[in-house]
Amino acid sequence: MSYKIFIPRDSSSISLGADKVYQEILNEAKKRNIDINIVRNGSRGLFWLEPMIEVETSKGRVAYGPVSISDITSLFEIEFFLGNTHPLCLGITEDIKWLKNQERLTYARVGITDPISIDDYERLDGFKGLKNSLKLTQENIVKEIADSGLRGRGGAAFPTGIKWKTVLDAPSEKKYIVCNADEGDSGTFSDRMIMENDPFVLIEGMIIAGLAVGADQGYIYLRSEYPHALKILNEAIAKALEKNYLGENILGSDFSFNLEVTRAAGAYICGEETSLLESLEGKRGMVRYKPPLPAIEGLYGKPTVVNNVISLATVPIIMDKGASFYADYGMGRSKGTLPIQLAGNLKQTGLIEKAFGISLRELLYDFGGGSATGKPIKAVQVGGPLGSFLPEEQFDTPLDYEKFSEIKAVVGHGGIVAFDDTVDMSKMARYSFEFCAIESCGKCTPCRIGSTRGMEVIDKIKEGVDQEKNVSLLRDLGDTMVNGSLCAMGGMTPFPVLSALNYFPGDFGLEKTET
Amino acid sequence: MTLSTSQLEQIQVHIEKYLNVPGALLPLMHSIQDDLGFVPEESYKPISKAYNLSVAEIHGFVTFYHHFRTHLPGKNILQICRAESCQAMGSENIENYCQEKLGIDYHQTTKDNSITLEPVYCLGNCACSPAIMINEDVVGRVTPEKIDQIIKEARES
Repeated sequence: MSYKIFIPRDSSSISLGADKVYQEILNEAKKRNIDINIVRNGSRGLFWLEPMIEVETSKGRVAYGPVSISDITSLFEIEFFLGNTHPLCLGITEDIKWLKNQERLTYARVGITDPISIDDYERLDGFKGLKNSLKLTQENIVKEIADSGLRGRGGAAFPTGIKWKTVLDAPSEKKYIVCNADEGDSGTFSDRMIMENDPFVLIEGMIIAGLAVGADQGYIYLRSEYPHALKILNEAIAKALEKNYLGENILGSDFSFNLEVTRAAGAYICGEETSLLESLEGKRGMVRYKPPLPAIEGLYGKPTVVNNVISLATVPIIMDKGASFYADYGMGRSKGTLPIQLAGNLKQTGLIEKAFGISLRELLYDFGGGSATGKPIKAVQVGGPLGSFLPEEQFDTPLDYEKFSEIKAVVGHGGIVAFDDTVDMSKMARYSFEFCAIESCGKCTPCRIGSTRGMEVIDKIKEGVDQEKNVSLLRDLGDTMVNGSLCAMGGMTPFPVLSALNYFPGDFGLEKTET
Repeated sequence: MTLSTSQLEQIQVHIEKYLNVPGALLPLMHSIQDDLGFVPEESYKPISKAYNLSVAEIHGFVTFYHHFRTHLPGKNILQICRAESCQAMGSENIENYCQEKLGIDYHQTTKDNSITLEPVYCLGNCACSPAIMINEDVVGRVTPEKIDQIIKEARES
């Protein structure tokens, strides 16, 4: 009989040696004449345990991790393929507390199957949302998405249903669906995990979006730093075409939709939707003035839905289980779940999909297990490089768009980066300006010049030059950038800078500052 | 540097391939760089002619994007993530270690032409920080020992 073993194939697990572990297990099984069947599944997102391998047993899947090549002989000796105990054994995968305490809706399939097996996708409820949608009118699909309360998961949290309605109502022969897969925020990898571990859910979401608004062409604008995701997406698109989920007259309907992946080229600013559209059109990724909104005049001047990967990948489950199923999760106006990414200096890093409302403290300590270095956590940055730094006294804030906004912070794309007490927050503030200077598109003055001037002012404060005057200048500069920039790049860079200054004045050589 | 006739011919093939593709410049530049290792400035003129754009527009496009380079890099490209998550896990030490060990700064190539060092702002491997990328392979939880191994393999390749 053949034993079924799961070894992840996503780029993070591979970055920790999953391919070598796979090869070694194959070799060892051959040597010992053991018949094994290896499935290269996606990662479950418990990255401190990767490479985490699983075996199928009558009790369910049993996990072992983190496995290194030197563990393989001993694993075979105890016959791990039967689910036997071993120092690396983590028990039944589904019972691991970290996984058990999540609410995986968008990520329901992630880590379970071979990402590019369309049969597995269908078997695990895949394309049910599309099949339901094909029976509905466009207005009713859009209504379902609006009723679910889904908001843009890229960071801006704009209601997805309203965006779709605007595109649906815009009269035009040609419309586009653009997926923003330019996931450039540090501390975020949830888009990559969807694309590498369950690409069909994104494809299905885009098809439904096309059906809902009347678009026949979709583009996935994928960052060039994700070569692995590019391969997987292209393989998945080819399979979906073969089975007529894409192409002409999808599943016998009169709806046709084509999808392609466009490789970006390493510009952070192209995660901003109008800059992304310029780039897709083959131009420099310079931010556009708004209005007109992309929903009215987007790609090539046509009405365009620009949605983040997670927003689109959440559409299938809403169309499968219904708007109220999804809206029952969450709190206040933050409905549903958010894929939270724990990164930086934490013992247990990875992906947690949870209903809105969980506190930072629960995430950092219950899930994250505290800092990796064992030192106190001094600050966390939530929502990428443009998000505020938060000190311990803010750790009880529940993850909710409005609650975060009240403390001048953002949930953004759900990335959380933790720093221990060795971090110099003035250095982080300076880095925020440096990053802005490197990545600014240069179109508006506050962002282009303010970022460089900001670095200089921080240097002066740290050198002790006219501190009072320079702190006030820094605040004034922040105000100019927030109110005078065209987009969030310049408009939000002051968030991390000023939060670092306000919460950690000591790191700037200041006693205290007026906020 | 001057391009060989065969390189110029290769560029022409790429140019023709994307003539009717909307938003052609992105896939075109990728395809030239994948093929030649860089986007030579000598390609600007034929591209501008074929796509009815000015040479300045082509130059502006290529230099806007960090991914595109106008000079041939070393045989291997080592990118070190400088973003916040990696910083929180000591990427600065990794940067210094690489620069010292290779004797070069960012955007430079070692004398034996084996490695070009570049900064990168997030590889999306933030749960396994610090991270680097060698060519198209991401390596997580990087240590000086892992860097030694990567450099050794790159030099032998």
